[in-house]
Amino acid sequence: MNWLRGLLSRKPVPVRGLSEKGMLLYPSTGEVIRAEEALRQAGLEVAVKGPPPDLRQGCDMVVEFSLMQEMRVREVLAERGLEPIRVAVAQDHLLEPVSLFQCKELGPYLMVRAANMKITVDRRDRRIVNVSGGGCPDVPYLADMLVGKVLDEAPEPRSLGQTLCGYALQLAFDEVRRQCHG
Amino acid sequence: MSWLIVGTVPRAGFRLAWGPYALRERTLDVSGALVSVARGTPALMATAHVATQALGIEPPEALIIGDTGSGKGSRALYRHLVDNLGRAGHAGVTFHYLMPDIAWHNKILWGLEELARPPLLVADAGFMYAAKMSGYAAHYDLFTPDAGEMAFLADEIAPHPFYTRGFLLQEEARIPELIDAAHAGANAARHLLVKGQTDYVVAAGRIVAQVSEPDTPAMEPIGGTGDTLTGLVTALLASGMDMTEACRTAALANRYLGVLANPTPAFGVADLLPFLPEALNLALGDS
Repeated sequence: MNWLRGLLSRKPVPVRGLSEKGMLLYPSTGEVIRAEEALRQAGLEVAVKGPPPDLRQGCDMVVEFSLMQEMRVREVLAERGLEPIRVAVAQDHLLEPVSLFQCKELGPYLMVRAANMKITVDRRDRRIVNVSGGGCPDVPYLADMLVGKVLDEAPEPRSLGQTLCGYALQLAFDEVRRQCHG
Repeated sequence: MSWLIVGTVPRAGFRLAWGPYALRERTLDVSGALVSVARGTPALMATAHVATQALGIEPPEALIIGDTGSGKGSRALYRHLVDNLGRAGHAGVTFHYLMPDIAWHNKILWGLEELARPPLLVADAGFMYAAKMSGYAAHYDLFTPDAGEMAFLADEIAPHPFYTRGFLLQEEARIPELIDAAHAGANAARHLLVKGQTDYVVAAGRIVAQVSEPDTPAMEPIGGTGDTLTGLVTALLASGMDMTEACRTAALANRYLGVLANPTPAFGVADLLPFLPEALNLALGDS
């Protein structure tokens, strides 16, 4: 019954569907294959597929992966020297991740936001006093690991996070570290 | 009216727990399993508990599990909920920090909608992301996005706020048009409580209330102040209050919380909780 109910009550399928998948783009198919192998060895579920026409940048294959595992995927590829030339959402339109930051001064505190994640540091001692935003379940965990630590002693969010929220927090972390260098 | 809160706690080994819970100072006790209140679902649970006590109504139940980001805990919780949907016959359910997973989301939504008395459905955080991605956003009674998440709801193809197109950090000024776009694309719940510099209460795509005072800027960086808002609206809905009035009152109470606690950006949610009953009373008095 559920499938019928779903069929009848769901809103019309959009022209361009949503996707939980991402694509890794490389300049050569050899690198695509090596990247796929590295990710499979790391226990990640990936697939090699043909890219949509507008994403053909000298390669005819991309590695498809779960966007929720983007942080882990990037980590594995960095360890093997297999960074892709581009990461995109696996649908017919290329989406770029956020690349802008919003900074807010609150007395001696600096809050930096990247996408949906915010990190706040006390400029006086460079201590992380708060982490907010996000919706994936590693956010409260990352906050527990970071809050109370001085920037230089805090673990990099990418070393502990496993989701896009975790990756966004890494971007905010990098920016706040750049602005509060010791 | 009984209510169920569904979410995760940031501890890998925390086993699934489902039942009523108690709050002792800064610690939640869910059927003997202890979890400290910092941010995320524990912050929502603590707020809802304190608020329901202040309102003199039955406190909510919680269904929680440990998940530090792998999604393993979330999927175990989804499976357990699908296998025990008969236990979810509450007046309402609030879904919170969970790994977005469309397949499990759909099973849960369809299962809840098939109950003899389907509960009111509130979604925030990761489960709201899944609800939007699934194409079933309009089946929900309430979403509680912040300004950035509102831009995500408005972008019909964004799979996560991280990939929202046109994320130019001007969402606060654009919220009315983002609400229109999300509603037009059927990517919004029937009601929205958009939290930001101004909080917007939206019913069927129309802004019915705005709350911008009192303003305490130090509340924004405090992790969990969005969770307190969702906890407040959960408690008010559990009291039987009308949806738009519950949203407006919750927004106001969260703002009074800031005034009464007078926090610095280094405060935690647990530091705010002692002020919550008075904040709620003030908001109810204004309503």
